[in-house]
Amino acid sequence: MDARFWLLQTFNGLSYGALLFLLGSGLSLIFGVMRIVNLAHGAYFLLGGYVALSVIWSTGSWALALPAAALAIALVGLVMERIFLRPLGFDPLRQVLLTVGFAFLFQQGALDIWGGDNMDITPPAELTRSIVLAGLHLPVYRIFMIGLAAVIGVALWLAMEKTRMGAAVRATVDDAEMASGIGIDTSRISMFIFALGSALAALGGVIGGAFLGVYPGLDFQILPIAFAVVIIGGMGSLTGAAVGALIVGLADNFGKALFPEVSYFTLYAPMALLLAVKPTGLFGRE
Amino acid sequence: MSNGAGTMKTLGVIGAAAAACFALTTPGASPAAADELRIGFLAPMTGPFAQVGKDMVNGFEMYLEETKNNFGGAPVKFIVEDEQAKPPVSVLKAEKLIRQDKVHMFVGGVLASTGYALAPVSTREKTVYIPSIPAADDLTQRDSSKYPYLIRTGWSSSQPVHPFGQWACEQGYKKIAVIAADYAFGYETVGGFQKSFEDCGGKIIQKIWPPLGTIDFGPFIPTIKQDADAIFTLMVGPMSLQFPKQLAAAGNTKPVIGGGTSYDEFSLPFMGDEVIGHVSALQYSAALDTPKNAAFVKAYRAKYGKVPSYFSESNYTTAQLIDDVMKKTGGTWPGPEQFVAAMASLKIDAVRGPVSFDELRNPVQNIYVKKVEKKKMFGYDKDELWNTVIKTYPAVGQFWTYGKDAFLKQPVYSRDFPPCKYCE
Amino acid sequence: MTGMTNRRKLLAAVTVLIIVLVVTPHAGPFLTLLITRALVFAILAMSLDILLGFTGLASLGQAAYLGVGAYLTAILATRYQFGLGWSFWTVIVLGALAGAATAALFGLIAIRATGVYFLMITLALGQCVWGLAYRWNSLTGGDNGLNLPGRPTFGIAMTDDLSWFYLVFAFFVASLGLLYLLVLSPFGRSLEGIREREVRMRILGYNTWLHKYIAFVIAGAFGGLAGVLWATTNGQVSPEDVVLTTSVDALLMVVLGGSGTLVGGAIGAAVVLLMREYLSTLVPWWQYALGGVYVLTILYLPGGLMSIPARVRQWRTRETGAAGLAAVPQ
Repeated sequence: MDARFWLLQTFNGLSYGALLFLLGSGLSLIFGVMRIVNLAHGAYFLLGGYVALSVIWSTGSWALALPAAALAIALVGLVMERIFLRPLGFDPLRQVLLTVGFAFLFQQGALDIWGGDNMDITPPAELTRSIVLAGLHLPVYRIFMIGLAAVIGVALWLAMEKTRMGAAVRATVDDAEMASGIGIDTSRISMFIFALGSALAALGGVIGGAFLGVYPGLDFQILPIAFAVVIIGGMGSLTGAAVGALIVGLADNFGKALFPEVSYFTLYAPMALLLAVKPTGLFGRE
Repeated sequence: MSNGAGTMKTLGVIGAAAAACFALTTPGASPAAADELRIGFLAPMTGPFAQVGKDMVNGFEMYLEETKNNFGGAPVKFIVEDEQAKPPVSVLKAEKLIRQDKVHMFVGGVLASTGYALAPVSTREKTVYIPSIPAADDLTQRDSSKYPYLIRTGWSSSQPVHPFGQWACEQGYKKIAVIAADYAFGYETVGGFQKSFEDCGGKIIQKIWPPLGTIDFGPFIPTIKQDADAIFTLMVGPMSLQFPKQLAAAGNTKPVIGGGTSYDEFSLPFMGDEVIGHVSALQYSAALDTPKNAAFVKAYRAKYGKVPSYFSESNYTTAQLIDDVMKKTGGTWPGPEQFVAAMASLKIDAVRGPVSFDELRNPVQNIYVKKVEKKKMFGYDKDELWNTVIKTYPAVGQFWTYGKDAFLKQPVYSRDFPPCKYCE
Repeated sequence: MTGMTNRRKLLAAVTVLIIVLVVTPHAGPFLTLLITRALVFAILAMSLDILLGFTGLASLGQAAYLGVGAYLTAILATRYQFGLGWSFWTVIVLGALAGAATAALFGLIAIRATGVYFLMITLALGQCVWGLAYRWNSLTGGDNGLNLPGRPTFGIAMTDDLSWFYLVFAFFVASLGLLYLLVLSPFGRSLEGIREREVRMRILGYNTWLHKYIAFVIAGAFGGLAGVLWATTNGQVSPEDVVLTTSVDALLMVVLGGSGTLVGGAIGAAVVLLMREYLSTLVPWWQYALGGVYVLTILYLPGGLMSIPARVRQWRTRETGAAGLAAVPQ
């Protein structure tokens, strides 16, 4: 276990955490604004990957697939929020269950549309190389993941802190009733945030598709991990999502490298204990 | 509305619903044609393994079509049930096939756990079970006496890797690091390889076990020992797609060899150039250059749009074996014991080569050492990845050269057996 | 809850039970097994309803107790050959106790949270059990699972599916009865009070934490019992039994049937299992049907299927009301 090992594992953990940030930030925002636990989030992740594949097959462009998949799934999220979640009003349990019902429908739909093969997204050749830095082979794609997550994270933070829309969102997260009382259109915010969250998940799916693959079952496989991120970091907090993603990425990585036998346990047990002490997560409110 | 009238109404509604249920649930008396052969097929049609299930069904159905649904004179009734890759559901559906559809035999299952769940059903119901895919060693080894109605037409996990270990010695590899999926199929594959590799002088110096379903190998790849001559991997499903990519991206230059499922045709079309040169061993390769296989691959691809994997071939050959037995009996069902005995005595020329059975009812067949190459085959005009056969070990049984009794005395291959004597 | 009087509800429940008892033996061996599975899962669903419908705690980890009970049964049967005769009854008790003990441990961590956070904690705890089942190969057989040697024999051989059905049916009725008594008791009433307005209950002097904790442990006990029956019905256990979707299923079954009705959970279990395992033998699009049923029920039947009679009555009184108005001479 020399320095190389630790450096490499840290790097890997960071890159995995970057992907988890994309996945978790959307989930956290959706909860923050609407108090909905979106159990279809894993499905959005997977559908993002599938849509990207279709775009790549028909146009040959990976770069196009990124925004296309994000937009497509944002649309799906929008429809779901407007037509199915909105009528339920504020009923967290039924909203959660509705998202699950849809997750099952999406799963079967994806199977019928794209088939069940284990597929994979191939990014452009420049991204598949590795650079050698101080004797360490660092895959460029992982660097790209970290970079992209950082850029998006900063962009989201700026939007939240520096724009009027962002201020409106933060007000709604803090206290939706008050926010609507002072004239903020909370229903428009909800719609926007749900679409954004879905888009982020889909983006994660496209990025993750080259790294994890695109196959049936990935949706429910990645869902508990997304929740680990959001639970540890705290629901509704963007900073929390970032910190949670880092912690989960590193813990999962080191856990598997050092204690592979109990690898799943090392993720969920600390999560449960953290919740026991601080049920709202590290940065959560309420 | 008084309480009494309301109660009567409620009871009336319930009664009507009950009558409907009764009518629906009482199995209709559809007369089963006397000389038809009813074959039940269990495969996952929904869920993460749905594509495997489809490939299995397609393989079997292709043979059915070639014989116009007639085996040896008996019209075939082929009933597919979705077992969702959940062992309890497979047992449930098997019961349905046996008790309600009155099948003569049931075929299939994918996971080893499904095989283990279905095998006792065959004994309990005295119905033939043909595991065409589940490869768990003990089904036809230490547990085989529990399952007299079971005959396996696929393979056992350690069967292909026994000769492969010897091949590895012949390549001059002295020290090999192993990285394999952490579950029974992984243990049996690695165990078989380790035994024969160490018996001819090799050393397994490391065993890494990523959990089944791992897709990020970041934690594991850096721990691979630098002094290994080669890396042996056993990956299944999405793992087999991601591992070679991540290994290559980490700058690996060592030769990579693996168990048959690491590079089989189910995943191969979705892999990239990073797997060129990787070698594995299995009882089938779609690139097997025989006229019979060429015809099979071309027909399958034309019909289903993909190169067949061993999931399809195994079930195609299973159908062929059933057909051959029925031809011998002139289309009459001989009874479960006789059927099993008849099939066990067959020696056929299948798509994968010659197939016969050993005394514990596991196939004896060719094992092909195959290397991934990018080329054109069978007249297709694109360069694609194919598993080119570079060596054939003929007539390999599940015990290799060890002899049945000696082999059965040792425990089943597990995480700790054979023990890793040379691991530091 | 549903508009029916207690007496009518009781009568309807008894009638349905009698129908199930009478119809099942004639339904063919496949359906008998399916109905038996539904009855076992119904016990799990009802245990969840105690938490959800009566205490207001939505748990996404109920499958953990099913798993504990099931694995205990399997390990005792395969390693110690225990539970194959009259000792089966001991296993029943042990399974329920194991479920209760696990819930007692988990409850210490979970009960302090409410609402969504409770959902999340129970999810995490359920995943812990799954993780252990999956990775603790030497004990649980890992992903291969454990195969039980067979059903127990005590006097009558339970290998006969019909005898086993009667036994499971008896357990179901007993569970239903016990849980029903629970909800009717003062304890049950306080649970409902906590569901409605926990703050008020606390002001009134109730130790709400303790009430919730006890409900949690009771639900765990019945979950463990369901686990023992589940393992014995199927003849095997695997990590698939404790995967997240099983807990989700249980929650959906309760909501589908109607939370807070106890029997609703049983109805939900029957509908879901019937669709999954019977409809799937008839048509390939059963997943869409199941997903559609979930979505439609959640959208249009907030009270679940059990609320249909009340809805129908509402709809009809509206009609007669309108007709009555029209009939009055203007």
